Amino acid sequence: MSATDLQKTPLHALHFELGAKMVPFAGYDMPVSYPAGILAEHRHCRASAALFDVSHMGQLRLLGADAAKALESLVPMDVVDLAVGKQRYGFFTNASGGILDDLMITRRERDLFVIVNATRKNADIKHLVTHIGHRCTVQPLPEHALLALQGPKAVTALSRLNPALSKLAFMTGMSATLAGADCFVTRSGYTGEDGFEISVPASQAEALARALLALAEVQPAGLGARDTLRLEAGLCLYGHDINEVTTPVEAGLAWAIQKARRAGGARAGGYPGAKIIDGQLAIGVSIKRVGLLGLERVPVREGALIVDAQGHKLGHVTSGTLGPTVNSPIAMAYLAANHALPDHEVYSQVRGENRPMRVSALPFAPHRYFRG
Amino acid sequence: MTTKYTPDHEWINIADREAATVGITHHAQDALGDVVFIDLPAVGRSFKKGDVAGVIESVKAAADLYMPVSGEVVEVNEALRADPSLVNTDPMGHGWLFKVHVADMAEFEQLMDEPAYDTLVKNA
Repeated sequence: MSATDLQKTPLHALHFELGAKMVPFAGYDMPVSYPAGILAEHRHCRASAALFDVSHMGQLRLLGADAAKALESLVPMDVVDLAVGKQRYGFFTNASGGILDDLMITRRERDLFVIVNATRKNADIKHLVTHIGHRCTVQPLPEHALLALQGPKAVTALSRLNPALSKLAFMTGMSATLAGADCFVTRSGYTGEDGFEISVPASQAEALARALLALAEVQPAGLGARDTLRLEAGLCLYGHDINEVTTPVEAGLAWAIQKARRAGGARAGGYPGAKIIDGQLAIGVSIKRVGLLGLERVPVREGALIVDAQGHKLGHVTSGTLGPTVNSPIAMAYLAANHALPDHEVYSQVRGENRPMRVSALPFAPHRYFRG
Repeated sequence: MTTKYTPDHEWINIADREAATVGITHHAQDALGDVVFIDLPAVGRSFKKGDVAGVIESVKAAADLYMPVSGEVVEVNEALRADPSLVNTDPMGHGWLFKVHVADMAEFEQLMDEPAYDTLVKNA
C-alpha cells in the first residue's frame, strides 16, 4: 500500500506540524513517535499526561430496544445489566471459543457505544450487521475522532477544560463539552495509568487536541509509546497476544466473563463457542498467557521460541520489548500450563542463544486507575 | 578523506588502518529511534565485507549491523553496554561501535564520501 492510499485521521496535519515520524498502521498514516522519542513519551505518560491520537480505531453505536440482548449473542459479557454510564471490556468469540476482536462497550441513555480495533473494524461491522443487524441498528461513527489523554496528571489537565470530568470513575463515561465540542468521555485507556478517552466530532478534533497540548502537563505520544505502555500494563494487543485461535481462558481474560453468562448463570451461554469456553472454565486449559521478565538486557521480540533448560519447546512470545519503566526486557507468551507458574525460569531463543527469563505476574507496571 | 559511508548507513574512519572505527550515522540513529541494546561482535573475530557483525535494537525493532569492509574486529565500545543511548546522542563520536583491522584498503576506497552519502540520504 503506497502512502497515498493510506487513510488520514483528522489530526494528520497536526502530527506533521509536531514533527511526528509517520508509519502505516491498519491502513492509516499514523504517528509512531514525535521528536521526543518513544522512551521520553513513555516516561512522560507515566509521570504526567500524554495525548494519543487513536482515531484509527472503530467507533460505533448499537441502537434499539433489543441491542443489549442482541450483542450478548456475540460476546460472553453481561451487557443487559450494564447500567447507564458504565463501561465494560469484552470480546467477540467464534465457534471454537477463539477471539475475533476485543472491544469496549459503554451503555449510554440511547445506545450502546462500542470501540473496536482499527485492524478489525471492517470485519467487526460486517460481523455485527450479519448476525444482529435484524435486531438492532449498527451505526459506524467514521465522522468521530478518538483522543486518549493518559497519565497521573491527565485528570488535572482535563479538569481545566471541564471540571465535571474529575469525578468520573474508572470504566464509566459521560457526555461533556470540551473546547466547545460535544464529546463523549470515558475514564479508561490502554496504558495502565489513570486517564480518559475522548470521542469528538472530527471537525473539532484538531481544536481540542491543540487545547489539550496547550496544557502544561500534556505532551504528544505516538503508537510506539502506546505499545510499550500497554505491554508494561499487561494489556493484550489483538492479532498478537490474542487472536481467533486463542480462547479467553487461555489468554487469562476469564475475569471479563461475568457470572450471568457462565454455566449456571442467569443468561448462560448463547454466544459463539460457549460450550468450549465453559468447559475450559470448568476443567482448565493446557496453555496460558503469561508475562516474562528478561534476566539479561537482550530484548525478546514477538515470535521468539520459549524453551526449558533441556531445550524442549514450551511456547512462543506474542509481544516483547524493553520495558522503559521496569527497565528490563518484558514479554507476553503462551506457555504450557505446567510452566506458567510465577517465578518459573524459562529461556527465550534470540539469534540462536538461550536467554533466561522469569515468568512474572502481570502487569509489569502497576495499574493506577481512579476508582472513585 | 578518512571517513566513508555505506548504503547501510554506517560510517568507517580509517585514521588508523589497523583499528578503523565503525559506527552508524545520524540518519540511521534517527530512523531507529531510542537504542536500548547492542549485540557487538566478539573481539578477534574476522568478517567479510557485508557480513552481519552484530545487532542494534531500538524500542521498536532490531536491525543488523553489517561489516563495511573485510577484516578482524580488534576492539568494541564497552561503554555501550552500560549506555546504549550514546548511539543516539553521539553516533559519530562516543557512540562508535567497534574497531576493525582493515584487510583490503580497496574496499574502503569504494565506499561513499560524505557528499555522496548526503545525497543518498536526501533522496531516500
